Amino acid sequence: MFSKRSLFAAVSLAFAASHAQAQISDGIVKIGVLSDMSSLYSDIAGSGSTVAARMAVEDFGAARKGMKVEILSADHLNKPDVGSSIARQWYDVDKVDVIVDVPTSSIALAINQITREKGRAFLVSGAATSDLTGKACSPNTIHWTYDTWMLANGTGNAIVKTGGDTWYFITADYAFGLALERDTEAVVLKNGGKVLGKVRHPLNAQDFSSFLLQAQASKAKIVGLANAGGDTTNAIKQAAEFGIVKGGQSLAGMLVFISDIHGLGLDKAQGLIFTETFYWDLNDQTRAFAKRFAAANSGKYPTMVQAGVYSTITHYLKAVEAGKTDDGTKVIAKMKELPTDDPLFGKGTVRADGRKLHPAYLVEVKKPSESKGPYDYYKIRATIPADQAFRPMSEGGCPLVK
Amino acid sequence: MEIFGVPTQALFGQLLIGLINGSFYALLSLGLAVIFGLLNIINFTHGAQYMMGAFCAYFLFTKLGIGYWWALATAPLAVGLVGMIIERLMLARLYKLDHLYGLLLTFGLALIIQGLFRNEYGTSGIPYAMPQELSGGRNLGFMFLPNYRAWVIVASIVMCLATWFVIERTQLGSYLRAATENPALVQAFGINVPRMITLTYGFGVALAAFAGVMAAPIYQVNPLMGADLIIVVFAVVVIGGMGSIMGSIVTGFALGLIEGLTKVFYPEASNTVIFIIMAIVLMIKPAGLFGTQR
Repeated sequence: MFSKRSLFAAVSLAFAASHAQAQISDGIVKIGVLSDMSSLYSDIAGSGSTVAARMAVEDFGAARKGMKVEILSADHLNKPDVGSSIARQWYDVDKVDVIVDVPTSSIALAINQITREKGRAFLVSGAATSDLTGKACSPNTIHWTYDTWMLANGTGNAIVKTGGDTWYFITADYAFGLALERDTEAVVLKNGGKVLGKVRHPLNAQDFSSFLLQAQASKAKIVGLANAGGDTTNAIKQAAEFGIVKGGQSLAGMLVFISDIHGLGLDKAQGLIFTETFYWDLNDQTRAFAKRFAAANSGKYPTMVQAGVYSTITHYLKAVEAGKTDDGTKVIAKMKELPTDDPLFGKGTVRADGRKLHPAYLVEVKKPSESKGPYDYYKIRATIPADQAFRPMSEGGCPLVK
Repeated sequence: MEIFGVPTQALFGQLLIGLINGSFYALLSLGLAVIFGLLNIINFTHGAQYMMGAFCAYFLFTKLGIGYWWALATAPLAVGLVGMIIERLMLARLYKLDHLYGLLLTFGLALIIQGLFRNEYGTSGIPYAMPQELSGGRNLGFMFLPNYRAWVIVASIVMCLATWFVIERTQLGSYLRAATENPALVQAFGINVPRMITLTYGFGVALAAFAGVMAAPIYQVNPLMGADLIIVVFAVVVIGGMGSIMGSIVTGFALGLIEGLTKVFYPEASNTVIFIIMAIVLMIKPAGLFGTQR
């Protein structure tokens, strides 16, 4: 109805470098952080992703090494057409070398394609669909932080194995929700469970009472929420109101972030079980990062998506330095060749299909009495090792590795 | 018994849910209709004012320890007051100009207000507890009805009918309506028309804030809660007939019901069905179902 123009906030880092670098296009490595800056996913990624990007560039010491790095950021408004046109403008006019983050799977799939056409690089942290390393895999894309298969595998397995064998899905009706539902359903069926029904709701639906009522009527033991952000928090909050949990059904938030738990409050969120690849309270390094990050992000602690942005840019800059080029296809190849190592995700690798491998954590939300204060929210129930956390390359159907 | 493969019991449940959502549509579109009918201003700030109502309840609770019931009374007053200041300082200058200027001003204000709240509070939302008296619910046999939702329906109907009564059936209401038709003449009878207009705008805004407080325990208190709703509510007003008080109330509830049914039979279309109806109504009756051509 109204066209809001995307807002550009260009943050220039690392100033005069005395010598020109022949292989770096126009002498500057330009990183574009494309995210939801204003709507339901903006606490998950949003400006926090830009903060993480800036920290990664600083910590890498780009200025000290004489590498000019510039960060652009823009708001895709969760609209694939807006996201695509920003990406094209960035690649064609602004000479952006790499696009990072991009929550909202439908937009990530579009940019995956554009990046491949233009021969640039695409580092996905915010989007979830496992198709990015499956049938839509590309030599120009790395899927960093998490994906729908990993969520389904971590959370789905744990729940089915503890008796939650009948499911009803409340699914966000677009690429992400459908992929998450598909991957979770596969896990449920594989473990001998049954799916009794599903309902699809539009993205950013405020009221879930109707869908919850249908889930209640299905008598499924588990109500699987294949959605994210505000959709998940509203569904969880309203499920409490309609007595879903009191009536003996359990909620399974298939994709939940720490920002969601913070927004819901522990009394509503306690006991939820889900899978994450990053938690700020894992070790001294993650704690130190989270404190610095929160100071720069108006007190909000990093989500796994924002941590992933930091981690992926760190590895990208290493690859640019090692390969002495910012050519998209070459850097991505270099990133796959080099082992990864950063303070947040530890040591890891990038697979040929573009999948970054690291451990995943099955977490349970603490009771209010167990929490020492804001953001002390998770108990780690299990650690899923990197080689089991993600879909085996042979099952993804990625044409690059056939 | 089943209707199109859906058990009638489930259908009753969905109709009731539709009625609850319709309560919010009715409350919000009522405020818009009052403001448009009497001021000729298309108040695009309405969604932001609804959000401010919810935030006001949250602030009252966290900063002053004032609970839900008092918030229900004071938050609309506070937000209505802010509305009146906006009307005096800005909107009052636009009455002589085309509708579009008022629309642009209020739309711009909405973006600014929402942006400021979003910067401060993010988009994950903030929890607001349900009042003790209304937590829990009862089993109606065909569905579990949370007490709070029942309260929403009752409060909304009472508020809507009271507003309709004041505007259509009392002397004050007749002054208001007369001032819309011919402000100069009403002024000549010794009635302070500008003040009356300010108060009317304040009242319309207070209705939005009232709906915001009502919504706070159900949804997350979220800077964007109004932005998501306002477009739908505008469609409701257009279908009902711009400025028609009864039209907006009836259409609000009716569209809530239709949307509820869509969520059962074809959930994917649940956020577009209202706009489809709007398009059809505009083709057949351009002034809306209850509107009159001016």
